[in-house]
Amino acid sequence: MRAARGPVLAAAFLFAAGAAPAAEVPLPERRSGYDFMGPQTRGMQDDDMANPGMLSVLDGAAAWERKTGAAGKACADCHRDARQSMKGVAARYPRFDEATGRPIDLEGRIARCRTERQQAPPLARESRELVALAVYVAHQSRGLPVEDMVEKDARLRPFLEAGRSQFERRQGQLDLSCAQCHNDNWGKSLAGNPVPQGHPTGYPIYRLEWQSVGSLQRRLRNCLIGMRAESYEFGAPEYVDLTLYLMWRARGMKIETPGVRP
Amino acid sequence: MAQTKKPFEGRGWTRRGVLGAGLAAIPAGAALTLIVRPAEATPETMKDAIKKVVGDAEIRKGRVKLDLPPLSENGNSVACAVTVESPMSAADHVKAIHLFNEKNPQPNVISVHLGPRAGKARIDTRIRLSDTQTVTAIAQMSDGSFWSASANVIVTLGACLEDNPT
Amino acid sequence: MTAQALIHVPKKAKRGEVIEIRTMISHVMETGFRRSQSGEPIPRNIIANFACTYNGVEIFRAELFPAMTANPFLIFRTVAVESGTLAFKWTGDNGFAAEQSVKIEVG
Repeated sequence: MRAARGPVLAAAFLFAAGAAPAAEVPLPERRSGYDFMGPQTRGMQDDDMANPGMLSVLDGAAAWERKTGAAGKACADCHRDARQSMKGVAARYPRFDEATGRPIDLEGRIARCRTERQQAPPLARESRELVALAVYVAHQSRGLPVEDMVEKDARLRPFLEAGRSQFERRQGQLDLSCAQCHNDNWGKSLAGNPVPQGHPTGYPIYRLEWQSVGSLQRRLRNCLIGMRAESYEFGAPEYVDLTLYLMWRARGMKIETPGVRP
Repeated sequence: MAQTKKPFEGRGWTRRGVLGAGLAAIPAGAALTLIVRPAEATPETMKDAIKKVVGDAEIRKGRVKLDLPPLSENGNSVACAVTVESPMSAADHVKAIHLFNEKNPQPNVISVHLGPRAGKARIDTRIRLSDTQTVTAIAQMSDGSFWSASANVIVTLGACLEDNPT
Repeated sequence: MTAQALIHVPKKAKRGEVIEIRTMISHVMETGFRRSQSGEPIPRNIIANFACTYNGVEIFRAELFPAMTANPFLIFRTVAVESGTLAFKWTGDNGFAAEQSVKIEVG
């Protein structure tokens, strides 16, 4: 790799020089990543006939009805019509999981159902079917506010704090924290792209860069790679804690799934 | 579209530093898919591709309207509309619309075939542009004439690219 | 999984009215110009042809190239001439074929 070493060091130094501690975005100033996009990309998200994420919603709807595994059951056999039963569900994840004694995210919950209830082979993270099911389930919460799960369940508190400290911790070769971009410098430009506040309200999203739908964990992995920090295995507790923190940080904001992002 | 295009300022940021960070981030995540670039089409290969469609006929400017954003957030998806002035009657209509680019690996984008039953000679689609470049639309009329329009699109590259994890 | 397609055609139209037909289908549209992380070329896999018929008569046809986006999106127009069926067909590399049809009522 022919990385430009000079500029990397310069960037790291400049961040170090601007050492004001990260303050959370005040609640009334929070804005979805949608607000930072150009009119074309916004139009793509607004129109269900033009939003490619809706193809994944259709995929998920088909998967929801499909019987699978040794149990010979479809999601619909237990949960019936997702349009009713899944309404608001994505707004309440991650939530505390009794079995593991820690938070579980929506994809993790769906994957667990797959192996335990349907007794089917596990669905890999980022597989087309798992992402489609997550998009389909989360789409049923579109327009609903993200709930404050930590307020409802104090057992989540230590994991929220773990997520927060990850968000604020400098890491990687660029020695950056999430907070330095998404708390301190949102609205400004990074190599021509506006820096959003980092609210996960549209996930799973259709990302033009990916040319496909993908989960929040894929996006977080992407951020870590951009910071030249070590990324985690998909499904790792670090991602789930960070998701819990980001969803708490976005509490009250409206779910947009499937969001479209550049 | 470009309303938020301000360099970082305050808190020790300078334009140079920000650009540096952005450039440095690209090779980190872009992986081989972007580093190994295939041969590009060129204005010449685009001309050749156009010649295959048009032959030696004259291409006139006008009657074609090509709508492209001046600046695109991601070259993987650029909205594009072509409208051709035509009565779309049995005697006088658009037979085909062809779209070409200069700098993708191949010059062709899409060719559509229509006729008087279209009622209106307009298509809307989304195209890929590998880089900032000129796009050309050519309409073929029922009288054998060819008309064209061109537009330039600036493609911004993402600051945070990644490899494909799956 | 099969390819999903989203098609929008007005359910009802007046005779002689120009209607807008919107189509989008799930497909990677792999260009054939990219390489995998191990450096292997990724073979081309695109939808190369699209056609729309109105009561069996072709009214629109397109040839697609790798410069079309993933999940190709296309809007075109036709004159509503009679009630019946609009049928859409996409074909491409590796034997890809998808078909869908939509009814329209013209009064």
